[in-house]
Amino acid sequence: METPLIEFREVTKRFGEKTILDKADLSIYENRITTIIGKSGSGKSVLIKHIIGLLSPDEGNILFRGKPVHEMKKKEWEGYRSKISYMFQNNALFDSMTVFENIALPLRQTTNLKKKEINSKVMSRLEQMELTDAAKKYPAELSGGMQKRVALARALVTDPAIVLFDEPTTSQDPIRRNIILSMIAHYRKKFGFTAILISHDIPDVFFISDRILLLWEGKIAFSGTYDELSKLNHPLIDEFLKSIEGLKDELTGLPSKEMFRSRYAMTLGREQLDTKITAVVFSSNLTFISNLFGPQAAIEMLRTLVEYVNEYFGPLGGFSVRHKRDEILTILPHMGLEKADQLVHDFAKEIEKKSLTRVRELLNKEIKDGEFFEIFLNAGMTEGVTDDDIEQLMEKAEMNKKIIAKYRCGKECDSK
Amino acid sequence: METKIKESNFWFFFNLIGKKTMDVTNNLGAAVIFFTLSFLRIFRRKQFREIVQQVFYIGAKSSNIVILVGLFTGMVLGLQLFYTLNKFGSQGVLGSVVALTLIRELGPVLTAIMITARAGSAMTAELGNLRISEQIDALYTMRIDPQQYLISPRIAAAIISFPLLTAFFDLIGIIGGYLTGVVLLGVDKGAYFYRIHAYVDIVDIGGGFIKSLVFAVLVSTICCYHGYFTHFRTDSFGSRSVSLSTTSAVVFSCVTILISDYIVTSFLM
Repeated sequence: METPLIEFREVTKRFGEKTILDKADLSIYENRITTIIGKSGSGKSVLIKHIIGLLSPDEGNILFRGKPVHEMKKKEWEGYRSKISYMFQNNALFDSMTVFENIALPLRQTTNLKKKEINSKVMSRLEQMELTDAAKKYPAELSGGMQKRVALARALVTDPAIVLFDEPTTSQDPIRRNIILSMIAHYRKKFGFTAILISHDIPDVFFISDRILLLWEGKIAFSGTYDELSKLNHPLIDEFLKSIEGLKDELTGLPSKEMFRSRYAMTLGREQLDTKITAVVFSSNLTFISNLFGPQAAIEMLRTLVEYVNEYFGPLGGFSVRHKRDEILTILPHMGLEKADQLVHDFAKEIEKKSLTRVRELLNKEIKDGEFFEIFLNAGMTEGVTDDDIEQLMEKAEMNKKIIAKYRCGKECDSK
Repeated sequence: METKIKESNFWFFFNLIGKKTMDVTNNLGAAVIFFTLSFLRIFRRKQFREIVQQVFYIGAKSSNIVILVGLFTGMVLGLQLFYTLNKFGSQGVLGSVVALTLIRELGPVLTAIMITARAGSAMTAELGNLRISEQIDALYTMRIDPQQYLISPRIAAAIISFPLLTAFFDLIGIIGGYLTGVVLLGVDKGAYFYRIHAYVDIVDIGGGFIKSLVFAVLVSTICCYHGYFTHFRTDSFGSRSVSLSTTSAVVFSCVTILISDYIVTSFLM
């Protein structure tokens, strides 16, 4: 069994009367992206501040490679801290220093590198983050996204083994959010660090997460992979997901599940109880796309799929919701399974005509001669009546999922 | 019933005094530890550049205000003392009285108050802002000791700048006294400088120097302490706490300058 890189054993933290962490146990493994999710104010930042030593637990132990950190000698403790970097929620850039000085500061103060070496290291990070033009600017002169990149560059300049990201996508628009998430995934691959991430961008953040921890009422209520989370039928998870859902899924523009449920109830409640409906679940091999081209490409693919689904089924009275990380659920009212099946197959053909060029544009990675990859479009359908439980319909539709279209993309894309 | 209320007021009064005394004692203890740790960190590596920067900011940039205040203090002293001494027919000692007043008392005190107003308030506000925007935490996460990086250079720079600026203030003040006493009111030029030379001892200069060092330590510690621990304020948060910390740092520094001036003077006499 793999030894955790960092482990919390019954860690408790109180601020006055308020208990923030209540005997929290967690494990963080090396070279993975671990995402901590939880409601605002649930203690996520407090939790990761314990890892770097900004806070210390009132009770319990924090272990690094099996050794309690509070038992470490000064040199060991410094060695441990030198492996960790922290990217603050509000960036915490030094506003009286230029971008260059901000990034160079940890090297100037904590290493014996010569000026020339520091300059070349900082410049190379600036180039990687596409910030060369901003080197002499002050943080206040930069956009929010650029400031994030500067903070990321500063966090990575010391080549840390562990990077803690405290809500790196806060106050960013949906497109920038996904760019930042992709950037984290990209640099983690490139530099090979262990990332611990706090994020509210659910479900988008799941594209880049290897492990997910749910912090609930001071305890780690769930820890595992995204697949385990999605299969888990636990009221706590539902309650949590409901609590963080906005009115709309910002990425796709679709209504939240809560809004969708009320629309489902309102639209179909007016109908007779036995009116036929068909539920269709659409999905694609987005995990594969994410691994090959990065999470940004997968997110763009999902957005494109939603666009086509809305365009095709909207005029027919269909309405959709984002179901899980990479699935779209569409309800087709007044329609039996046979008609819906025909319609979905027509949709597959239609999308084939429209989307191949766009898919190629989205996945702009250079494909060498002879290389290819495949994209699948899956759909699962089930027929129901208006008073059927929406959750059951979703489950049934998902069980019937099959491939309705397949594209083979090399230098060009073809349908198969 | 009435007795109970009276009793509770009685204990409330003592509780309040006890609490305040404990708060003050705790803060004093914390400030002494804060100063000691910061002072020891002055002698660590990579401090020279930071200290020079702070000397420039606290010292060089405060020189204009010190010149202005020093000049007018000397001029008003020359004017007041001329008419006072004239009553006793001893306007000849004007030079020595102006110089001794400035060197022993007004120079160190007014310079310290001027630097508190200009650089001390800026220290508190800057450190407070660094604290509330998590920049101090960011330093810690980068393994940069915030006290060494932010506080020690400021304390070192204050210790260097205060005596220099005080000397500057004294000199300009004596020139101010000369302008009113000699140029405007006709005191003999030779007598003015001769009396300064005759009556001002190295002990007087040393006393002023010691005072300015004491003020440097007190002002820099109070201002840095208020800014660095601005997040511990219980009466306010965020930028409001920075502004309140700045106000209390300036007020507390000025009061401390005057109190410590009395104490140091009584030891020097």
